[in-house]
Amino acid sequence: MIECKNLSKVFNQFTAVDNLSFVANKGEVLGFLGPNGAGKSTTMKMITGFLQPTSGEVEVCGIDLFTDPIAVKDKIGYLPEGAPSYEEMRVCDFLIFIAQMRGIPKAQILTKVDEVVERINLNKVYYQRIETLSKGFKRRVGLAQAIIHNPEVLVLDEPTDGLDPNQKHDVRELITSMAKEKTIIISTHILEEVHAVCDRAIIIADGKIVADNTPAELENMSKYHNAVTFDASIDFSLLEEIKAMSCVRDVEYNAKRKKTTVFPAQGVYIFDEISDFLKKHKISVTRLAMEAGRLEEVFRNVTLDDVKEVA
Amino acid sequence: MSAKLAIIKRELQGYFSTPIAYVFIVIFLMLSGVFAFYLGGLYERGQADLSPFFNFHPWLYLFLVPAVSMRMWSEERRSGNIELLMTLPVKQSDLVLGKFFSAWIFIAIALFFTFPIWISINYLGEPDNGLIVASYIGSLLLAGAFLAIGSCVSVASKNQVIAFIVTAVLCFISLLAGLPMILDFFNAWLPQFMVDSIASTSFLTHYISINKGVLDLGDVIYFIMVISVWLIATSLVLDIKKAD
Repeated sequence: MIECKNLSKVFNQFTAVDNLSFVANKGEVLGFLGPNGAGKSTTMKMITGFLQPTSGEVEVCGIDLFTDPIAVKDKIGYLPEGAPSYEEMRVCDFLIFIAQMRGIPKAQILTKVDEVVERINLNKVYYQRIETLSKGFKRRVGLAQAIIHNPEVLVLDEPTDGLDPNQKHDVRELITSMAKEKTIIISTHILEEVHAVCDRAIIIADGKIVADNTPAELENMSKYHNAVTFDASIDFSLLEEIKAMSCVRDVEYNAKRKKTTVFPAQGVYIFDEISDFLKKHKISVTRLAMEAGRLEEVFRNVTLDDVKEVA
Repeated sequence: MSAKLAIIKRELQGYFSTPIAYVFIVIFLMLSGVFAFYLGGLYERGQADLSPFFNFHPWLYLFLVPAVSMRMWSEERRSGNIELLMTLPVKQSDLVLGKFFSAWIFIAIALFFTFPIWISINYLGEPDNGLIVASYIGSLLLAGAFLAIGSCVSVASKNQVIAFIVTAVLCFISLLAGLPMILDFFNAWLPQFMVDSIASTSFLTHYISINKGVLDLGDVIYFIMVISVWLIATSLVLDIKKAD
């Protein structure tokens, strides 16, 4: 469990993190979203004990970070941004070094290293120098050092940044597989990731929490929530007719792609109405779908003041 | 294995897995030999002692030690590894000491390989071997003091070139604090007792006194204190600079 209370960090008058409070529970994957420079990494650096907060408290598994930083660091596995490591070391030596630093008893070190190598699929590069590895493998080495001591809490700063889709998938699978018995915080600006792995998402902008919901709830905040889209050639007069329906708030038509989006009135379900309407007017539709909502749009809405509008 | 030992082992592996270690050792051995024989006249003097050899160590260290110390922390900060190190469940003092000792051990290894000159002098004559042992200890202590300065400077700067130059200058000042070129600067505006105390902090004064064969506890304690002060400074600067 991680608990942050009124956490703030000020760098030379620049407030990077502003009075942040949240709790992440065991079995939960918490996503930190936010534009670059919003304070995600700074918050993570404070939770892991790298940075001293200007004010506020951090408690990890019931231990206060400032009374016993070493005990807290012992409970946390941390993947810093960019997955730094000693490039001139071989993968095996690096993992053994981390295991030693983590105080794993000598007799168990090799078993632990083997376990983690197996789990993260590092067998192929076990004896290679880290500097010779691809970006994806370097990231995996970073993940391996973070979980080698089987920590109760995992803090992963952009774990999938710069990976190809297959590698992203692997990392997400790994996170999901560990989610049950751990508390995991990941930061990302890839929104699809929130869906793929997070139980809850906190959106941070300018160091403040601007949203704290489940991914589904965040989507509900989108104006695209329950909107119906279809691809068809359709007359403007018919569009006007749809727009005039009582359950419809607005209609958008993209002439180039022949794509129509119908926005429902607040909280109304309009899929059937629209589909009936299209059938009635015998319009041949190549695609008809209901949208869950667009996280990207919610993200823009809550993080940019100038595009803020009521969904 | 304790964290401190793990760091020392890793750092030493780090030195020897890059050409730095070999280049350093070869150049150190070559220059110390060249200085002792050509500038110091070790052979021509006809005396069975190693003082021409040890007399040049401060000047060799002046540019070789900063070359070892410059990457000690600046490299960690540049690569972001510092974040990894400082979020491990290890005391900060273990990190600072571990890194310092590994560099010191490395220089001790380089110093060890000068043993042929010791053997040669014993073959040629009958030197005072106690004096030579004392001189080796003095040389190592001096290198340690330089390294401690270098460690602090290396934490303060991400740029290795700057770390090298600043360390060399600080070592130079500390070495020569007793000579007129430094003292004249203070003479003009400091009271005499302060000028005297600056003069007494000179590394060279203490080094020479050890080299004369008086392995005075005071000189040893002096160097250990210098090392401690600079390592404490390293830890303090680390707190301020780690996140930059």
